[in-house]
Amino acid sequence: MEVLAPARRRRGRWGAFALRRARRLLVSLWLLVTASFLMIQLVPGDPVRAALGTSAPAELVAERRAQLGLDDSLLNQYVEYLQNLFTGDLGESILTQLPVAETIGQRLSATLALALPAFVVTFAIAVPVGVALAVATRRGRRRRTELTFVGSSIVLSSIPEFVLSVTLVVVFAVNLGLAPAAGRGGPDSYVLPVLALALGPAAIMARIVRVEMLAVLDADYIRTARSKRLSSLRINLRHALPNAVTATLTLSGLMLATMVAGTVLVENVFAWPGLGGTIVSSIQSRDYPLVQGAVLVFGAIALVVNTLVDVGVAAIDPRSTIGDS
Amino acid sequence: MRRHWPEVLRSPVGVVGIALLTILALLAVLAPVLWGDRASTTDTYNLLDGPSAQHWAGTDNLGRDIFFRTLVATRLSIVLTLAATALGVGLGLVLGLAPLLLPRRLGRLVVAFFNVLLGFPSLLMILFLAVILGVSTSSAVLAVGIAIAAPFARLVHTLAAGVAERDYVAAARISGVHPVRIVGRHVLPNIAEPLLVNATVTASSVLLAFGGLSFLGIGVQPPQYDWGRLIQDGLSSIYTNPLAAVVPGIAFVLTGLAFNLTGEAAAGTFGAKARSRTRWPSTKKEPTPPSSTRHDEHEVRADHVLDVRDLEVSFPGPHGPIRAVRGVSIALRAGEAVGVVGESGSGKSMTALAVAQLVEEPGRVTAERLTFCGTDLRSGPRATRETLLGTSLAVVFQDPMTSLNPVMRVGTQLAEAARRHLGLTRREAIARAIDRLRAVHLTDPERRVAQYPHELSGGMRQRVMIGMGLMGTPRLIVADEPTTALDMTVQRQVLDLLQETRRDHGTALLLISHDISVVSSVCDRVLVMYAGQIVEDLPSADLHSRARHPYTRALIGAVPDMTTDLDAPLASIPGQPVDPRELPDGCAYAARCSLATERCRQEEPTLEVGATGSVACWHADDPAPMPLTEAVR
Repeated sequence: MEVLAPARRRRGRWGAFALRRARRLLVSLWLLVTASFLMIQLVPGDPVRAALGTSAPAELVAERRAQLGLDDSLLNQYVEYLQNLFTGDLGESILTQLPVAETIGQRLSATLALALPAFVVTFAIAVPVGVALAVATRRGRRRRTELTFVGSSIVLSSIPEFVLSVTLVVVFAVNLGLAPAAGRGGPDSYVLPVLALALGPAAIMARIVRVEMLAVLDADYIRTARSKRLSSLRINLRHALPNAVTATLTLSGLMLATMVAGTVLVENVFAWPGLGGTIVSSIQSRDYPLVQGAVLVFGAIALVVNTLVDVGVAAIDPRSTIGDS
Repeated sequence: MRRHWPEVLRSPVGVVGIALLTILALLAVLAPVLWGDRASTTDTYNLLDGPSAQHWAGTDNLGRDIFFRTLVATRLSIVLTLAATALGVGLGLVLGLAPLLLPRRLGRLVVAFFNVLLGFPSLLMILFLAVILGVSTSSAVLAVGIAIAAPFARLVHTLAAGVAERDYVAAARISGVHPVRIVGRHVLPNIAEPLLVNATVTASSVLLAFGGLSFLGIGVQPPQYDWGRLIQDGLSSIYTNPLAAVVPGIAFVLTGLAFNLTGEAAAGTFGAKARSRTRWPSTKKEPTPPSSTRHDEHEVRADHVLDVRDLEVSFPGPHGPIRAVRGVSIALRAGEAVGVVGESGSGKSMTALAVAQLVEEPGRVTAERLTFCGTDLRSGPRATRETLLGTSLAVVFQDPMTSLNPVMRVGTQLAEAARRHLGLTRREAIARAIDRLRAVHLTDPERRVAQYPHELSGGMRQRVMIGMGLMGTPRLIVADEPTTALDMTVQRQVLDLLQETRRDHGTALLLISHDISVVSSVCDRVLVMYAGQIVEDLPSADLHSRARHPYTRALIGAVPDMTTDLDAPLASIPGQPVDPRELPDGCAYAARCSLATERCRQEEPTLEVGATGSVACWHADDPAPMPLTEAVR
C-alpha cells in the first residue's frame, strides 16, 4: 500500500524523542541529586563525629553540625541543598573547610585530561581493528587470525586497569625508563595512564565492532550495494560501518562514563592529581561533603554523556528515535 | 549461541577455562591450610627483599613471603567474588522477573528504575554504597553485589520478556495459570542457560571490581588480605621489587581469564566446528579454462544480452563440494523475458546471483561461457566489467524491507552508482534519481529522495529498488522473487512496472520465482529447475497444455485455479526436494516421480532439444499414469 508519510509525522517523531529523552535525563538527575543528598543522612552515626574523630572536642562537632545544617529538619535541609546546588554551591569540606566546588573544579580538569584522550584512543584503536578484522575474517576466512584476535582481546580485557597500570609502570617506567612513573607533567606523563585506561575497553570494543560488522556485512542491503558495483571501500565504510557503529556507540556512552570512573584506580597508581584520588581519600577520611560533590559530578557526567550518545545514535540511525521507554 | 555445558569441555578454550577454575578452587581450599603459616611468618632479616631462592617473589615490609601470600589470598579473593556475584545475580533475578509478576504499572516502574540505575557507572555506585555502608569487607560485598544487580536485572528482563511473548506462555497466562508458576515452569528454564553464561562473565567483572576496592583501601581491611590489597602493598616498593605488585596481578589476570574463557566457550565464541569444515581444500582447483572445448553450434550470438553456458556454482562441504547449480545454460535476447521456476533449494536464486556476479566466497562459479552484452564476465579488466555491470545490469531482490540501507537516504542510495559509473555530480545524480523515481510511478519523488527507507511502504521500496536499477540504462534486469514479500495487489503493480520497463527500454528480464503463475503471466519462456539443473525449457504459452516433464506438470497441478475443487485438499508434490549434498546417480527427481523406472534411477537424462523446447526426462511424453498425487487426506 502506498502509505504516505507526512512531514508532520517526521517532526513529531523527533519531538517525541527529545521529550522522552529529556524526561529520562531529568528523572535521572533528580534521582542522583536526591541520592547524593541522602548519602550524608544514611551514614550510620554522626557523620561529623566520624569525620573529625573521637578526640575532637564536642563544641567543634556541634559547630560543624550547625554549619552543615545537619540539625535542621530533613525537608529544610533538602530544600536548602537544592537551592545551593542551583547557585553552584556544593558546601564546604569538613576537613579543609575549602569550598567543595572549587576543589572539584581543580581536580576534574586533571581527570578529564585523562579520560577524554583515553576515550579517543579507545575508538581510534577499536574501530579500525574491528572493521579490518571483520572484513578479513568474513565467511570463515582466516580462522587463525580470528582466533588469535578473539583470544588476545579476551586476555586484554581480563586485565584490570590497576594491574595494567602497575605492569606498564614496571615495564616502561621502572625497567625501560621511557616514561615517568607517576605525576602529571609534560605530554610523556600522559602516555602510560591513558594507555592503561584505554587498552582494556579498546579490546572489548574492537570485538563488538567486529561482531556487529560481520552481521551487517551479511545483510541484504550490503548485497544491494555490491550489486551496484560500488568500491569495496564505499561498501565497507559508507554502507556497512554506520550500521555497525550504532550498537557500538550505544555502548560507548557507558564506556566513557566507566572510563571517567575508572580513572579512580588509574589515578591512584600514577599519583594523578585528579578527582578519582579525591574521592578515595575523602571516603577514607570521611569528608562527606566532598564525597557528595564528587559523586554528583561523576554521576552528572555519566548522564549527560549517555544522553549525548543517544542523540548521536539517533542522528546516524533515524529508526532509533522510534522506541519505547 | 546456545550450547550445552558438556560441549564446553569439547572446545580447547573451554577445557583451559575449566582447568583454570579447578586449580583456583583447589588453591582456595588448600592454600590457607598448606601455606597459611609460611604466608604469615615474618622474616625480620629480609624486609622488603627482592626475589631470592628463599622468597621467589620477595617479601613485604614485615618480611612475609609474597608468593605464598598470593596463593593464600586466593581463598578470600574467590570467596568474596562468589559472594558478591551470588548477591548481585539473586537481586538481579528478583528485579528482572518482577515486571512479569507485578501489576503492569508497578512492573514498568521497576524496569524504569533499573534502566535509570544503568546510566551510572558501576564503580560510582560501589563508591556511593561504600560511603553509606562504611569501609569494611562485608559492606564492600554488599556494595558490589547491589551495583551489578541492575545490569543483570536488565538481561533477565530482556530474556524473560522474549520468552513471555511466546505462544505457549501466552496460552498459559490466558488460561489462568498463576504468574509465579508461569515464571517457574516456563520462563526460568528457558533463560537459565544464557543467564548462567552471563553470570560466569559477571563473576570476572566482580573479581576486578572487588580487587579495585581493596586496591583503593576501601575493600578488604587488614589484617585480612586479598590480591587487590597485595598489589597496593606492592606498589609502594615498585622500584625495589616490582614482582611484589606483579605476582598478585598475574593471579588476577589468570582468574579473570578462567571465568571469561569458560563463559566464552559456553557462549560458543570459539565453537563453530561445522564452519571450519566448510572450506575448500587448500589445493586450489583449476577453474574451467575459458576456451570452449566443446563443439558449439551457436558460436556467435551477438544479439544476446546474456549468454550463459554450463554454469556451475558450488560450495565447499564436509564431504566434497556441494553443487548448487549444475550445468545451467541460459540465453536472453534484448527485450526477452525468461522465468526460472522451481521449489526452494532448486538452485534458481543461486543461478540469478551467479549471473549477476554476486556469489560470495566460499561459493565458486564456473562456466563454459558467461557473456553479458558481448563482454566476457570471467576475464578481462575488472574495472570494465564493474562499469558494465553497474550501468547495464539491474538486480531486484526479494525483500524490499531489508534490501535498502536503513541509515542512508533513498536519494543517496540511488545516486551513488550513477556518480561512480556515469561520473555525474551529486546534484545531477539526485536530479536523475528524482526522474527515475517518477518513472517508476512513485508519488512525490522530490520528497522521497530525502526520506529514509523505513518511511516508505514495502511496495514503494520495491519501486525504489527498480528505480535504482534504472539509474543507468539496463540491458538486463535480474529479479529474484521480486513480489514474494509483497501483498497481492502490490504484486501486480510491481509486475506491471517490470513489464513496462521491458517495453520502454527493450530490457531483458530474468525473473526468478517459485510461483509458476507469476512467471507465466510475465515471461515469454520458462525454465524449470530441479536440483540445480534445468529439467525443462518451454514457451510459457505451452506451460498448461504442453509441459512434458513430470515435475513441470506436477508444479502446474499444484497451483489452484478456477476449476479446483475447493472442498478437496490442495494438491502437492509428494516427498521432499532432493538435498544437493546427496545427489542420486540417476535422475534427481526419480524418487518423487510416479513415472520413474529403473533406468531413471541409474542413468541421468540430459536436456534434449525438441520442437518448441527442451526437456531432460526419459519419460518426457509418457502420459501420467494417474492424475497428480493428491495430498494425504
